[in-house]
Parts: sequence; C-alpha cells; structure tokens
Amino acid sequence: MSRAALLLLADGRFPAGGHAHSGGVEAAVAHGAVHDTDSLEAFCRGRLHTTGLTTAALAAAAAGGHDPLLLDDAADARTPAPALRAAARRLGRQMLRAARAAFPSAELERLAAARPQGAHQPIVLGLAARAAGLAPVDAAHAVAYENIGGPATAAVRLLSLDPLDASRLLARLGPETDAVAAAASGAAARAMAEGIDVLPSASSPLLDIAAEQHAAWSVRLFAS
Amino acid sequence: MHLDHSLPQQHSPSASATRPDGNRRALRVGLGGPVGSGKTATVAALCRTLRDRWCIAAVTNDIYTREDAEYLLREAVLPPERITAVETGACPHTAIRDDISANLEAVEHLEETLHPLDLILVESGGDNLTATFSKGLVDVQIFVIDVASGDDIPRKGGPGITTADLLVINKTDLAPHVGADLDAMAIDAKRQRGDLPVIFTSLTSDDGVREVADWVTGHLAQWRAGAAA
Amino acid sequence: MSPSSPPVSARATSGLDLPPAGAPEPPGHPDGVHATARIRAAHNGRVTTLPQLHSDGPFHVRRMRTSGNTAMVGIIGAMSAPLGGDRLTLDITAEDRAELEVTTAAATLALRGPTTEAATYDVRLTVGEHARLRWLPQPLISAAGSNLRQTYTVELAATARLMLREEQLLGRADEEPGHLVSRILVHRAGRPLLDQHTAYGAPEPGWNGPAVLNGHRAVGQLLLVGPRLDIRRDPVLLGTGTKDGCAVLAPLADGPALLATAIAPNASTLRELLDKAHAHALNR
Repeated sequence: MSRAALLLLADGRFPAGGHAHSGGVEAAVAHGAVHDTDSLEAFCRGRLHTTGLTTAALAAAAAGGHDPLLLDDAADARTPAPALRAAARRLGRQMLRAARAAFPSAELERLAAARPQGAHQPIVLGLAARAAGLAPVDAAHAVAYENIGGPATAAVRLLSLDPLDASRLLARLGPETDAVAAAASGAAARAMAEGIDVLPSASSPLLDIAAEQHAAWSVRLFAS
Repeated sequence: MHLDHSLPQQHSPSASATRPDGNRRALRVGLGGPVGSGKTATVAALCRTLRDRWCIAAVTNDIYTREDAEYLLREAVLPPERITAVETGACPHTAIRDDISANLEAVEHLEETLHPLDLILVESGGDNLTATFSKGLVDVQIFVIDVASGDDIPRKGGPGITTADLLVINKTDLAPHVGADLDAMAIDAKRQRGDLPVIFTSLTSDDGVREVADWVTGHLAQWRAGAAA
Repeated sequence: MSPSSPPVSARATSGLDLPPAGAPEPPGHPDGVHATARIRAAHNGRVTTLPQLHSDGPFHVRRMRTSGNTAMVGIIGAMSAPLGGDRLTLDITAEDRAELEVTTAAATLALRGPTTEAATYDVRLTVGEHARLRWLPQPLISAAGSNLRQTYTVELAATARLMLREEQLLGRADEEPGHLVSRILVHRAGRPLLDQHTAYGAPEPGWNGPAVLNGHRAVGQLLLVGPRLDIRRDPVLLGTGTKDGCAVLAPLADGPALLATAIAPNASTLRELLDKAHAHALNR
C-alpha cells in the first residue's frame, strides 16, 4: 500500500468538491448552536460519532470488497433526509471523477456505469482507496476525519474563528477519530461474514432536520 | 436547477474537447474579475447579443448562492433551464481553479440536457482579484475590470490582468466622473499583456458589448473549425 | 426473521455492543424479567381476527373494540418495566390482509432496577401483503440511572401498510436522562428501507451537543409506509429554527414511505409536531 495515496485521498485539496459543503455547520451557525470553538468541538464530536461512524463504515466496507451497489442501498436506508442523499450522491459523482483520474480501476468504472447519478460519496472513496491498495481502516480514517475536518474548515470561514483553535480541536478529537475509524472497519469486516445489516447506522435527528431546513434557504454559502 | 434528478452521463476526468458521442462539445468561456466590475452585466449582454445565433447556457459561481443566477433570470436573458448556479462554500475562486468538480458537473449537465449547445458562459464569483479559471474548466477566459475601481488596476497586474485571453475594461462612461485616465490604462494593460487583446466597454450604451461579442464569436468559429478538421 | 437476532450496535464508544446476529442472547440479570408477548392478527376472508394474544411478564395484552375492519389491541403495563437486566420482547404480526392497531395504555418508563446492566426491549413488527399495522405506543421515558437498549425490527411485504410512531423522552421532569440506545431497522420486500441507530445520555459522546439534540429532551419519529402514499413531494418543514422544536417530513429513498423526524423541548410539543406531520402526510 501507498501511505501517500491515503494522504492524497484525505487532503482537503483533492478536487472532489468537499470545499463547498459545510457538513451541517452552516445551519448550526445560523441557529446559534455553533458560535465559538467549544460549540464547534461539540458539534464535531456529535457528528463524528453519528454520521461519521456510519459513513466511515460504508467506506471501509467498500474498500474491503463488499458489493458497492448493496452498500449504496444501505447508505440510502441510513440517510432519511433527501437533501443529504442528494449531497452524498453529488459529492460521490465529484469524487468519482477525481478518483478515476488518480486511481483508475475497473471497479470504479463499473460503479460509474451502474450509478450514473453518482453513488454515495463514502462508497466511492472506499473503492478509490481499494484501487490505491489501501486497507479498509485507511478508508474509514479518511472519511471519519473528513466528517470533522469539513465542518471545522467551514466554521472558520463562517465565524472567522482562529484557524489555530480549529486545528487544535481537530487534534484533540484525534484519538476519538481513530476509535471511530477502528470501530467502523471492525464492523465492515464483520459485515463480510454477517451481512450488511451489521454496519453501523448511527444517526442524528438534528443533522437530518437542519439539512432540510438549510436546503430550503434561498441564500447560503455552502451546498450542504 | 437541481443536478440530482437527471444525469450527466459523462465523467471525463478533464475538459476533453469531445463529448462521449464523439461530437465536439460547446465552447466554454470563463468570465472573471473583481466584484462589481460588470461580469454579470457582461454575461447578460452577451446572451442578448448572441442568443439568436447560437445556443447558449450560463453557469454562475456566486459568493452567496444564486444572486447572479437570479439576476440573469430576472433579466430573462436565457430561459431558466439554461442557467445553473454552483454553490461554492464561500470560496468561488476555489470552485473555478483548484477544485473545478462542481463546475464540471454543472457544464456537463447543461450539455446533456440542452444538447446541442454552442457556448457555455461560466461566470466567477468575483471574490478575488487573483482568481483565474482552470484550463480544465474553460477554453478561453475573459477578465473584466472597471475604470471606477481605480485606473491603476492594470498597472498593478496579477494573473487575471496579465494572462486572461481577453481583458475587458468596463464602465468607460464613468471615466470623466471618477477621473480615470483611459489612455494610461490602455498603456499599462499593453505593458502587462503584450499582444493579448484589451477591449474598453460601456454596457450602458447601445450595443456596448459588440466588440466582446465579436471576440467570442471569433473563438466560437475557431472552435467549430477545430471540430470540422 | 430469526427471533434471536437483535440488530447489532456498532457504536465506537458506547462499549455496549449487542452480540452479532446468530449469537446466543445474553442471559440478562438473574433478577431481570424475561418476557415475550405476542400479538397476531389474521384475515379470515371477511374480517380481521386475533388468533394469538399472548401476555407475558409486564405486558398484559387486551383486545379492544374493533373499528371497521381494524382489530384494536391495547398493551397494559402489569409491572414496572423495563428495569436493568430485563429482556423484553414484543412480537406483533399482521398477516396478509389483516388490519391491526396496537397502542399502549401508559408511557413506558425505563428505570434503573436492581442492576446497572442494560435492559433490552425488542419490538418486532411483521406486516403481510395488503395488511395494515398501526403501532402507536405512548412515549418511552428514559429515567435517570436507567440503561435501555431498544430495537425495532420491522419486516414489511411489498404491499404492506405501516404507521409507526416512536417518542422518546429523555429524563422525567428536570432530571438527567438515563442511557438510551435505540435502533430501528425496516425492510420492505426484503430490501433495507430505513436503518437508524441513536444513542442518548451519558456516556455517549456528543449526544446533547449542537449536532445531535442541542439540549432537546423529546425526540420522535413517525414512519408511514404504503403503496398509496403520495411521496412525490418536497420535504415539509415544521417549526422555525431549531430552538422551540422542529420537524421534517420527507420521502425515504427506496419505497412508498414518508418519515417525520422531530425534536422538541417537551413531550407535548413533540406530539404536536408529529401530529402536524401526519396531517401533511395525508394531505390534510
């Protein structure tokens, strides 16, 4: 495996569209729920242990060779908010474009043909990790980190937070991020033997509700 | 317009000159420049001037979502299905230069749903004087500045001023009111750009966008000649 | 579906993973109650009948008046449950063409009990072809010190109709909630329709923060499934902002199904939001 490939996949500068999404933090800022570094950290922690765990496991399962189309159905069942399904598929299309350029593989081509509207982004990322020779836990790490890195970066822009504070909180969440990635890849390994229902489906009611509220705004900075 | 309900079939990793069916795709023209210089007005004027002859669509990269797209809709320069707003996460310059994936999605979606298109105008968000378009997104780019923001802008240079395929210096009608020296601007632009073209415009006058429209038409003719070749 | 396969929790930090499917069920606390109540409705060609009404442990199952073709069953709590260590199961089936509505007489109160060990409360709902099940229990209250793992395992035939309301109140008045971990897993025609896992109360990380509940103490869902539902619609938003309670009603991805999700500062606001969502779902 190439460790550099993991750094590339997890890099916020990898041109896969992530910069235009706030991971729900734009809505949380508008509602006053996130207003400083501490509330941002609480937001990131809650997101990490809910949708972060769920999406990291989907990525790990894809990286481990689980059928990506079954995983895509599982992702739909775990994403009741239409706005979040649309965002995940749009980001999946964008990730697929970048992944096919960086890590061409027959599996990515097959997924592109089977899901022309895009598969859920973590599944595309997992397949890209697989194409790059990475392990399932690597894909889980990339997704778990992105689940907090995205909102933290967006909050820096939205609240003019000190970027050093944002980096500090991401570092502080490091051990929890590792634990989530490990749990996600463990579940993904079990899913190979026990079926897809053992993948985590940790969810948050507020992320789902706020995502639909945000999608209905006429003026916003971020796509989700 | 939502991108999620109908499908862009192609996922070309870069701005390939041909569509999956082998036909030449539409020419993609980027319009960049600082906020308030008249990018959206230029796009609107180009649409009005060229729409009877060519099949056109537009993509906007707003700082706040849809503001510019709404302007184009209000002015009715194109039907709504021909205008797509890309959300840029407070960083329009990233969406046209560093991570062009959302814009590529948008232009490909327009190509798929409106085929055959001749021309797609991609307007930047104007958040950054240094922002230029990636060559992976557009074929040629126009940088729009205006005389009222200071006649020293061409002298100061920057990548948009020096490298854009066309520099448009807009609002010449305001020059006497703001004390801008158009000759000095022309000399500075020439010094920065060498042989690259510069056009002075006043969009408030009748047909004020004509020269720019002719420049675009010239590139479109070249692009289509490339298709025939 | 196997009666001994509760869905698996895989939360990173709860440290309370249920065993994988197929593994033997944990024994529970020796003092804990082990009970499985069963309700089975069938259609005899004319009306819905109730060939099985099996009370057990804290669940006293009682036939109520019939409303049209719908058999009505009430569940009356016969003792305080669930307490830590309890293993409780409700198994409710509406066979092909049967129409069944099940309610509970009072709120279900999860309490600490003789042990800090988790109680489990598994609800299994099975709905056959052209059958209808309405599961409308009173809220579940997670009292301070309690530790409950609740699962919903729902199997729907392709033409089944379902209305499922679930309300969770985190803590009685002015107390901290216990630890409440829930999962709902719905299959329709063998395909996953909805799979959600929530975990509230200490020691769950982030549960009360701005990404999950943001201080709200009442959370609930209303799931409607049925071939005749109007699902080609934009999401309906109820409540402004998030502070005083809010909800969204939106179609699920794979099936004729609408889900309302609501959070609120209290039980009455929660019920209002879910009732409004229900009215919207029926285009009223």
